[in-house]
Formats: sequence, C-alpha cells, structure tokens
Amino acid sequence: MMHTVNKSPFERNALDSCLRLAEKGSAILLLEDGVYAALKGTAQSAKVEAALKSHEIYALGPDLKARGLEEARLIAGIKVVDYGGFVDLAVEKGTVNSWL
Amino acid sequence: MKFGILVNEGPFNHQASDSAYQFAKAAVAKGHQVMRVFFYYDGVNNANKLSEPQSDDRNIVKLWGELGKAHKIDLVVCVAAGLRRGIKEQVLAEGFRISGLGQLSEVGIAADRMLTFGD
Amino acid sequence: MSEEVVFDTQGIVKKFMFVNRKAPYGTIYALEILESVLISAAFEQDTSVAFLDDGVFQIKKGSDTKDSGMKNFTNTYRALAGYDVEKLYVEKESLEARGLTPEDLIVKVQVLPAAELGKLMAEQDVLITG
Repeated sequence: MMHTVNKSPFERNALDSCLRLAEKGSAILLLEDGVYAALKGTAQSAKVEAALKSHEIYALGPDLKARGLEEARLIAGIKVVDYGGFVDLAVEKGTVNSWL
Repeated sequence: MKFGILVNEGPFNHQASDSAYQFAKAAVAKGHQVMRVFFYYDGVNNANKLSEPQSDDRNIVKLWGELGKAHKIDLVVCVAAGLRRGIKEQVLAEGFRISGLGQLSEVGIAADRMLTFGD
Repeated sequence: MSEEVVFDTQGIVKKFMFVNRKAPYGTIYALEILESVLISAAFEQDTSVAFLDDGVFQIKKGSDTKDSGMKNFTNTYRALAGYDVEKLYVEKESLEARGLTPEDLIVKVQVLPAAELGKLMAEQDVLITG
C-alpha cells in the first residue's frame, strides 16, 4: 500500500492521520503542499523522522522545487522522486490511499 | 498497468488537477494505460471550455483534452456534480463527456490502481 | 450525453472503501461522496465506508438545517443499509477526540481503533477519498 499526503502538516491533520493509520512497511509520498513535511528542523520534523523507522517516505521533486526547497534541507532518508517515480511507486506498492 | 484517476478539484484553485495531469502524463509516457479520469465535486470545472487563463500560463482545460485525445483516456464529468456547478453540454470542452457516477465505480473495478487527487 | 465508454467488469468483486474525513455542511464532500456510495451499490462490490477525523461528525444525530438553508442529507446515511452497504466503520480515536460516543450516531457502526482500521484500509483494492 502507498499513502499520499498533499497538504502541509502545519495547515491540516492529513499527515497526522496518515501516520496514525499507515501500517508499518507502507510507503508514504509527500506531494503538493505535503512536501513541507519533508523539511528538517521544523516543529513537524520529529514525527516524520520517527515515521522513517517503519515507513519509506518519498517527496515529489517538482513540488519541492516549485516551493524553493533544496534537497539539502530535507530530513535524511527521505527519497526524492519525480512524476515517473510516483507512477512507479503506485505500480509497485499497491492500493493508493490519498490523505487530503 | 491500468490506472483510474479521480479529480476532486477544479483548475487553478488547487494543485490537484495539475498533479493528476502530470501523473497521467508520466503514466502514459511509461507505457501504462490511463483508462478514465473521473471529474467530481469541483473537478467538473476542469471541463469548462470558457476557461481563459493568462496567455503565459498553462491552459489546464485544453491540456486535459489534448492528453485524453492523444492517449485515448476517457475524460468523464459527473452529470450531477456538473449540473450543480453549471457544467453542461453547452460549455463542455473538447475531449470530455458527461456521464453518471457509475462511471467512477466502473473504472474502480476495471483498473489496477485508482488514485484520488483533491484538497 | 455523448457515447458511453464501457469497461468490462463482469465477475469482478473488489474491496472498495470510501474514506470520509471531512465534517458535513461546511463543504460538499460529505454529501457528494454519499451520493457516490449509493450509486456504487449497484455494482455489488465489497463496499465499506470509513469515518475518521471530522468525518465522524457526518453521522451525528440531530441535524436540523432549516435555519441554515442547507439541504439536509444526514438522514440519507440511514439508506445505506437498504442498499446493502452495511460495513460502516468509525475510528475510535476520532470519535473520542470529538467527545462523541456510538449513541450519538445516526447509524449503527463498528468502532475500530486506528491500528485495526489501518489494517482494514491496507486490505482494500480501491480507496476513494472524499
């Protein structure tokens, strides 16, 4: 299974709810405003770092770039993918659960 | 793999339609099939031919129509959601068709993967 | 309406879950997803509906929309059973965080803790988020 989170964790509880329900071993893709959850050194970073221990977490490159977020600012362990990578994840990981 | 896509939001107001479009474009580039894109809620506004974005901006309505035509993607606007929002045949952009909610269930059954893009 | 495009769905039964996370009336998501659940019943799939986060408010009893001018659709949730959509799940944490109990709800539901609902979600073939 893969989960997508497209809203900022500072604005909405989508990330919190996703992390509460996402099973260990599932993949999480941050896209659109959800990419802000990938930043290190924020009030949200600790929960994302903790989630990395049991989930693969990805961030959509084009959305990071659009928001001026360099890869050096990201939490270590988060993998950046493009839309092609997003497609590959959807193929490999099974059912997609969108947290809006 | 065969994909079905649900788009919940209209053009420009949210990134949802752009994200769905970029996903669909990447999927067909990789040789996958996007069977149907179902436009629901404000997503029906993606089919409004009267949309006139600024000249230096992407024309989301046209982009969908062109992608649909080039890759035989069935672009469906929900009739009930459309009626509520004034999306009827007379404003329907090229490449889209209006149909019932059953089309969403149908592609959910027929496709290998369903994705929702929304707010 | 223009020419239908029909996909072959004969003999396929998938696990469909409709995920409701938004409060009713403030936005249209609750109403329109309910309409799609009812239409989906005709396809005889293994359908369930999950209410979590503010979605639990959708099925709270006692809705009176007269003074707000909004169309009242809360009672429509009672129609689900008649359409054979009987698997209604509510996340325990969401319910409790909002000070609600199953007695506050307009339909009979199964209250599940997050871990169990998460497991159920992971078993679905299709998840439709409103």
